[in-house]
Amino acid sequence: MTTNHLLLIENLHKSFDDNKVLNGISFHLDKGETKVIVGPSGTGKSTILNSINMLVRPDEGKIYLENIEITSSKNIHKIRQEIGFVFQDFGLFNHLTAKGNVMIGLTRVKKMKKKEAEEIAMFELERVGLSKFADHYPAQLSGGQKQRVGIARALAMQPKLILFDEPTSALDPELTGEVLNVMKKLAAEGMTMLIVSHEMGFARTVADEIIFMENGEIIEQGPPEKLFTNPDHERTKEFLLKFIDLYYEGV
Amino acid sequence: MSSLPYLLNGALVTIKLGIISMLLGFVVALPLAFGQVYGNRIIKKLVSVYERVVRSIPLLVILFLIFYGLPSLKIRLPEFTSAVLALGLRSAAYQSQIYRGAIQSVSGSQMKAALSLGMNRLTAFFYVILPQAVRIAIPPTGNEAAIVLKDTSVVYAIGVSELLRQGYYIITTHYEPMLIYLTVAFIYLILTVSINGLLSLFEKKFKIPGIGAEGGPNDY
Repeated sequence: MTTNHLLLIENLHKSFDDNKVLNGISFHLDKGETKVIVGPSGTGKSTILNSINMLVRPDEGKIYLENIEITSSKNIHKIRQEIGFVFQDFGLFNHLTAKGNVMIGLTRVKKMKKKEAEEIAMFELERVGLSKFADHYPAQLSGGQKQRVGIARALAMQPKLILFDEPTSALDPELTGEVLNVMKKLAAEGMTMLIVSHEMGFARTVADEIIFMENGEIIEQGPPEKLFTNPDHERTKEFLLKFIDLYYEGV
Repeated sequence: MSSLPYLLNGALVTIKLGIISMLLGFVVALPLAFGQVYGNRIIKKLVSVYERVVRSIPLLVILFLIFYGLPSLKIRLPEFTSAVLALGLRSAAYQSQIYRGAIQSVSGSQMKAALSLGMNRLTAFFYVILPQAVRIAIPPTGNEAAIVLKDTSVVYAIGVSELLRQGYYIITTHYEPMLIYLTVAFIYLILTVSINGLLSLFEKKFKIPGIGAEGGPNDY
């Protein structure tokens, strides 16, 4: 199978026990694109990301990364190196400094020399504005700083795409801005990103396309302006309007 | 106090017993803990049966089973070896619980993050899970070491010349039980306090900044 898409997902199905979480999900992502998946809680958004990284094995369906079918790949460790993952709870290694967190994938997975890894780590920390905090441990960082270290750790591996699983949901509203700004910068630089998020304002300005999901199915996908102003489906309108109400309520 | 050298000799045997038993316990406990966390259902069950059985038998009974019981199966072990086996195998049941708990308290999202970077499970275990688990396990392992050290006194019953037995010998010739037993008790105290001291040294050395008693951002 050949495809021009960087990421192609075909008819993904997944159940946990009797609970059908993904019910035939198909979409694609091109190089340099940013897509944001939105939808109510428990609709399988995170399961899609986990499936792309093979942290969850889909029951049915195929996922291709640049023409390689990762759903049947024998070398999943190699593929995971090419897909960055940014977690809601940061997933930083608590016993390592910010720099150590960014370095460990380079030294232990890519078998890079320590000095070289350190240079890359400092470069990526600088990129997310944290070079001053290189020697801080996760417990000495704020939530927003932790998440930016998480992003630097993903970037250091030079991934083909980065998956973001609700990267700002665990943060104070005051701290979400610094993380979203870094992500905006990455999008502008041409990084390919697939983001699960409830930050509608961010989705609207940064996403090339928004995917609206409910009950394990994609209801509608398209450019943000269309989905926010003139969606095809009543349900999309309902969901997005709720957020817009929330958004403007306090103003 | 001409009897002090005898007591110190006994203390040396006690220390040797304590260290070797603790090490035996560690070597047996680590795979047990590993099996309990990562093994299949049968392995998990076997380990938990071992832990349960060993922990519910008094140390003295385990010791007598090994020293007096095994010879009827034509297995005759010297006193010291029997003592180490009894102390070590029992400690393994407790130590495995310590390590299992420590590993489990790290695993979850740390393992997931490690895998997402492309690590395999073994690399993730050694470079991400273990370094954190060891730190968590230090204080309870120190407790266990103190318990094992004190429990070495039980093997006096099969004639190993450790600290308590040496004290007993001295009393049979000097008739000063209060003084001698107090001295024995004092030596145990010094040994246990040293273990605690060593332990806090370890804890300080391996402390992760920002986590712990100094009041990091995670302390509410």
